[in-house]
Amino acid sequence: MSDRHPVLTMTAISKLFPGVRALDGVDLRLFPGEVHALMGENGAGKSTLIKVLTGVYGTDSGTIALDGAEVSFSGPMQATAAGVSTVYQEVNLLPNLSVAENIYIGREPRRLGAVNWREMRRRAQELLARIDLNIDVTELLGSYSLAVQQMVAIARAVDIRARVLILDEPTSSLDADEVAQLMRIMRQLRDDGIAIIFVTHFLDQVYAIADRITVLRNGRLVGEYLTSELPQIALVEKMIGKELDALERLDEATSGDDRAALEQGTPLVAADGLGRSGSVAPFSLTIHQGEVVGLAGLLGSGRTEVARLFFGADRADAGRLAVDGTPVTIRNPVAAIDRDIAFCSENRRTEGLVGELSVRENIILAMQASRGWLRPVPRRRQDELVQHWIKALSIRPADPEMPVRNLSGGNQQKVLLARWLITEPRLLILDEPTRGIDIGAKTEIQRLVAQLSDGGMAVLFISAELEEVLRLSHKVAVMRDRQLVSELTNDDTLDAARIMQAIASGSSQEGTVPA
Amino acid sequence: MTTTPLAARPGRAWWRVPPRHVPVLATAALLLVMYAVGVSQYQAFSNIQVVFNVFIDNGFLLVVAVGMTFVILTGGIDLSVGSVVAMTAMVSASLLGDGLHPALVLLIALLLGPTLGFAMGCVIHFFDIQPFIVTLAGMFFARGMCTWISTTSIPITDGFWTTAAQHRIHLGENFVSISVLIALAVLAVGAAVLAYTRLGRNVYAIGGNQQSALLMGLPVGRTKIAVYTISGLCSAIGGILLSFYTLSGAPLIAVGMELDVIAAVVIGGTLLTGGSGYVFGTLLGVLVLSIIQTLITFDGTLNSWWTKIVIGGLLFVFILLQRLVGIRTK
Repeated sequence: MSDRHPVLTMTAISKLFPGVRALDGVDLRLFPGEVHALMGENGAGKSTLIKVLTGVYGTDSGTIALDGAEVSFSGPMQATAAGVSTVYQEVNLLPNLSVAENIYIGREPRRLGAVNWREMRRRAQELLARIDLNIDVTELLGSYSLAVQQMVAIARAVDIRARVLILDEPTSSLDADEVAQLMRIMRQLRDDGIAIIFVTHFLDQVYAIADRITVLRNGRLVGEYLTSELPQIALVEKMIGKELDALERLDEATSGDDRAALEQGTPLVAADGLGRSGSVAPFSLTIHQGEVVGLAGLLGSGRTEVARLFFGADRADAGRLAVDGTPVTIRNPVAAIDRDIAFCSENRRTEGLVGELSVRENIILAMQASRGWLRPVPRRRQDELVQHWIKALSIRPADPEMPVRNLSGGNQQKVLLARWLITEPRLLILDEPTRGIDIGAKTEIQRLVAQLSDGGMAVLFISAELEEVLRLSHKVAVMRDRQLVSELTNDDTLDAARIMQAIASGSSQEGTVPA
Repeated sequence: MTTTPLAARPGRAWWRVPPRHVPVLATAALLLVMYAVGVSQYQAFSNIQVVFNVFIDNGFLLVVAVGMTFVILTGGIDLSVGSVVAMTAMVSASLLGDGLHPALVLLIALLLGPTLGFAMGCVIHFFDIQPFIVTLAGMFFARGMCTWISTTSIPITDGFWTTAAQHRIHLGENFVSISVLIALAVLAVGAAVLAYTRLGRNVYAIGGNQQSALLMGLPVGRTKIAVYTISGLCSAIGGILLSFYTLSGAPLIAVGMELDVIAAVVIGGTLLTGGSGYVFGTLLGVLVLSIIQTLITFDGTLNSWWTKIVIGGLLFVFILLQRLVGIRTK
């Protein structure tokens, strides 16, 4: 690498926001023809660094040089014109226009001043064929999947003669095949000499494709490494900056000793043949006080549907549900909340939080709803409660009046958790609470779940990450093709391989599967 | 008017219409049905002059609606158009009464609307204020100007104006007015601008997603200001055509016209949230509105308010249709 000149150098970049030093003397070097992963927790400064680079924010100090010449972009427009293009996680294109137009708008081929549609279509087709994307370019962009839209965004960026391509969490909402296709395109672009900055939470993807890694933590540069010389575990340590012993300690909390004690007495919630046609096949599952039940399974296996039945978000059409041994019918979420059941949905943006409202207002929401609107929670009490939970969950920034949309994903998740915890539920249903958030926040949320269950709360924990399910759960229910196929006690012999076996084979026999 | 002609596309049957064309086609079908009803009920309806009269009576509405289409395509709204039409007619009548040369009067009248539109566009863009409230202010301002000029109607006797108003362009046995040709010219220019210029494409882009348009480096501010200026210009032309039609300027003419125009644009298939629609659809929308009027006139027993009742019902149906198409494509 050292024999080549970097296409981009950012030197000693600092950026201050009121009260926060978002970036503090950060350096970044980018060589042509490399994929460079930018890693760090939420709040480490990745987004800020990219926004400084593309001119969304100005710098407070430090320099940016492109091909050795110092530059300072006034905005993404100018950055794009200079060859620095960004493809964001939420595709920033125009769903109401055709694919071809999305690639060429603003630079349409023209003849005698009029947009030359035929030429535009032809060029778009050629361009997309180069990345093996054979789609009808006259179709509206919005009619294609997110993955295709993302590739169109990349095609647009590349066609604007980008030399630096920034991919900001492009893979978050793609499935495995789509990720593979994206990676293939990235390799191809890299071989063409384009320098790619790759921001992601997925370690596997980083190791699959990145040549070098720059790690940020709390707005500071931790270091720049060759991927081949940095083991995964070392990378994680550098990102979170603390030892992983917190996770080790969690393991002890779920040892088999207290299981017997848990299983005594009437279960808090017992489903007997509960089901809903077209949604999830009848299943039986008990959850005791203080028990963490993990719900494992692939995407679409019926995990969320089970949770929705418990919460009354969908109505069961088969079986019985008992709370404290008394048969109940939970018709809707309000009835569930009355029985002290809380549900943190996986779509925190669309189903949970109100982005415009402050952290305080979001946290108080559920509590206020259960009191009825005629009895407002006194402001003093609100402040007390909110302060308590901001501290307990270490929500950052610790400002109750900050609009929730300004928080990072992990912190939004914590706000959503706080909202439900404030109502003191007895059963907490968590649907993918750690998806898309960084390792630090993940650990904190996992620790919190362990603490809550120690305190007697029952938790139904849904996650796609088996390690996480194993670490937290007392028992694991495995879903497959919308059926509960297996219930495994989390004793010393249970490991991820056995859960995977159950997911893969649908075996419901404990112990028959070799570990 | 289709901006992206469909390429040969294996796997799609010829009768499967892209969802974005459904509202326009629905309007076209409705128009045909209404015309057929008219022809079957009233003998005189089949006279082609009935169609020409629809254009003669509503040329000014069509011109204003073309401007409104630009605005609504960006996701905005312009409530000032009715007042600007009235103001333009008033100013023309008043200046002509003062004995100014008609060419100069035309120039002044045609500059007023775009100037107000430009100013409103600037306020909307630079201060980031909702178009609804800015153009509401513009509406009151322009209407106020009308009554400031005169509280009573001013007749126009100028030779150029009366010629323009009364000149008949014969097409066989039938005729149209100069206004119709002007309106169709505006329509054609509007359609071409939207389909074949960067400005036009940027209008669609902003309506699709303003934030994305900004990030893609499109001139959002400039386009938004341009759109309100265009709407102002169309209102000014509409005002001139109206003064040809009535040969006067009246302070209370075209009250509530902005709402008719919005209705025509929406019935013509343009999404109120922006990003989807065609000027051709707007033409159909205007025709639907005026055919309803013609039908009710032909009937003779119905109160003219029935026009409003039918328009109200149609508007409901069309916004529901748009919603359904929108849901299906998602």
